[in-house]
Amino acid sequence: MTDDTGAGPRVTRLLLQDFRSWATLDLAPRAAVVALVGENGAGKTNLIEAISLFAPGRGLRRADFAAMARHGAPGFTVSLTIEGVYGSHRLGTATTRAGEGRTRICRIDGAPASSPAAFGEHVRLVWLTPDLDALFRGPAGDRRRFLDRLVLAVDAEHGARVSALERALRTRNRLLEEDGEPRWLDAVEREAAELGVAVAAARRETVGRLDGLVAETQDPASPFPFARLGLEGEIDDLVASLPAVDAEDRYRALLREGRGRDRAAGRTLTGPQASDLAVRHGPKDIPAHLASTGEQKALLVGLVLAHARLVATMTGIAPLVLLDEVAAHLDPRRRAALYDELLRLAGQVWLTGADRGLFDELANRADIVAVGDGRATPLGA
Amino acid sequence: MARGVAGPEIERLIQLLARLPGLGPRSARRASLALLQKREGLLVPLAEAMRVAAERVVVCSTCGNVDTSDPCAVCADPSRDPSILVVVEDVSDLWALERAGALHVRYHVLGGVLSALDGIGPEQLDIAGLIARAQDPAVREVIVALPATVDGQTTAHYLTEALAELPVSVTRLAHGVPVGGELDYLDEGTLSAALKRRTAV
Ligand SMILES: [Zn+2]
Repeated sequence: MTDDTGAGPRVTRLLLQDFRSWATLDLAPRAAVVALVGENGAGKTNLIEAISLFAPGRGLRRADFAAMARHGAPGFTVSLTIEGVYGSHRLGTATTRAGEGRTRICRIDGAPASSPAAFGEHVRLVWLTPDLDALFRGPAGDRRRFLDRLVLAVDAEHGARVSALERALRTRNRLLEEDGEPRWLDAVEREAAELGVAVAAARRETVGRLDGLVAETQDPASPFPFARLGLEGEIDDLVASLPAVDAEDRYRALLREGRGRDRAAGRTLTGPQASDLAVRHGPKDIPAHLASTGEQKALLVGLVLAHARLVATMTGIAPLVLLDEVAAHLDPRRRAALYDELLRLAGQVWLTGADRGLFDELANRADIVAVGDGRATPLGA
Repeated sequence: MARGVAGPEIERLIQLLARLPGLGPRSARRASLALLQKREGLLVPLAEAMRVAAERVVVCSTCGNVDTSDPCAVCADPSRDPSILVVVEDVSDLWALERAGALHVRYHVLGGVLSALDGIGPEQLDIAGLIARAQDPAVREVIVALPATVDGQTTAHYLTEALAELPVSVTRLAHGVPVGGELDYLDEGTLSAALKRRTAV
């Protein structure tokens, strides 16, 4: 395949201590695809959640770090050995109880890392979890969060920008509520406008690249229908049609004009926090939420795989791909096609499933690991 | 805290030292022991230096700096360029900029940044003092050296507007000062570079 840029980084060892259901785990996978098989509640998702902690944020469950330590344990430790073209590196993250609070520790090759962002030098992550099944027909907020994670995987600054914008808008809402000094309101709207346009521009850039990549690589024979992507929102239209400086001025004017309305609403109604990711089923040319449930799932899988290729292209690091309970929802034809696609990706893929039979088509091409009773046992492939 | 191994006088010393930035109970204990073991060489001179500092410390009524004279040594220094004022959040930022030594100018300590969410408004900051000082005809440029956080930058926008009617140019530190980075934590090279690449707003 042309998008194959050579073997990406692989996890060659995963060590857990006191992480969720796991007292200890020492797993040394060898293959490019690792399938975890076990009953519900066996700890499969916990295992890939541990890997997801090496991405910016709070992992694939968006949970509190305090909730991740095993019941009764003071903290947890997760350690990954990553092997790639740049050799072998050990990444570690842990929480400890120091004083009253918990502190998170990050280490790379045994030395303290300044922040979790430093892991981005060695590993990138992309994941798909069952809670995204309703993404296309659910609330716009879920799609925005999905979108911002797509951006974050290629643009490490995006998370800081999004949280700064949130703080600026919360400040504005507070000032509106408390009838704050107009000059102060002007100042915070100026800041919100700069941040809002930066957030919208970063989203537009990633969505444009992803849509381009999907269009370029669409294969009419693929059981994963291609998606067409766009952004819907007042600020997205501004950013699409104006230079950044003019878009900032225009957004600032919209904020000023909207003060009365926003004061009454108790929140800011215009801006990136009101945008939506619009996804269409490409071959049928209909909005994704009108497609069948099976088609929506296939669209989403296709989108995540395209994103993995985009991350590889843009960052030079093929991401680890974590697919939680994805195989079970696909018919056998799509499942076989999925495995073929996964094996063509440059990065390592981790799959979970309740039934070993789901992974029959991967026989001899993947590490199959049985998970249960607090243990992970590699099965003969 | 666990019951101390020492008498109440020494425990009090440890507890006070533990309140210092960068020290915790463990390091305060270690520091106390070092002081007590070097009674003549360290503890007595330190106590004397602290007594004198406590007696003489004043906040400069011009710029907000902390010193033993009012106006402070920086404000009183006639060799400094009177045409530039640098606005900082805290005294620690003033000291950090002085350490960097990039500019031989005077400062204005705001005493915080605007934060509606933390209940800090314009009246809690020394903005009136800044405007009064910027009206001095000798002042030509005000450099706003506030953190690159939302609150810091909002305050910078506010000051830019507040100073707009005066014949001074308002400039900002060049980008490259990390988001959320406080001046005090920046190394001197980064600080000098940010000051030299300041931009008009
Ligand atoms: Zn002074």
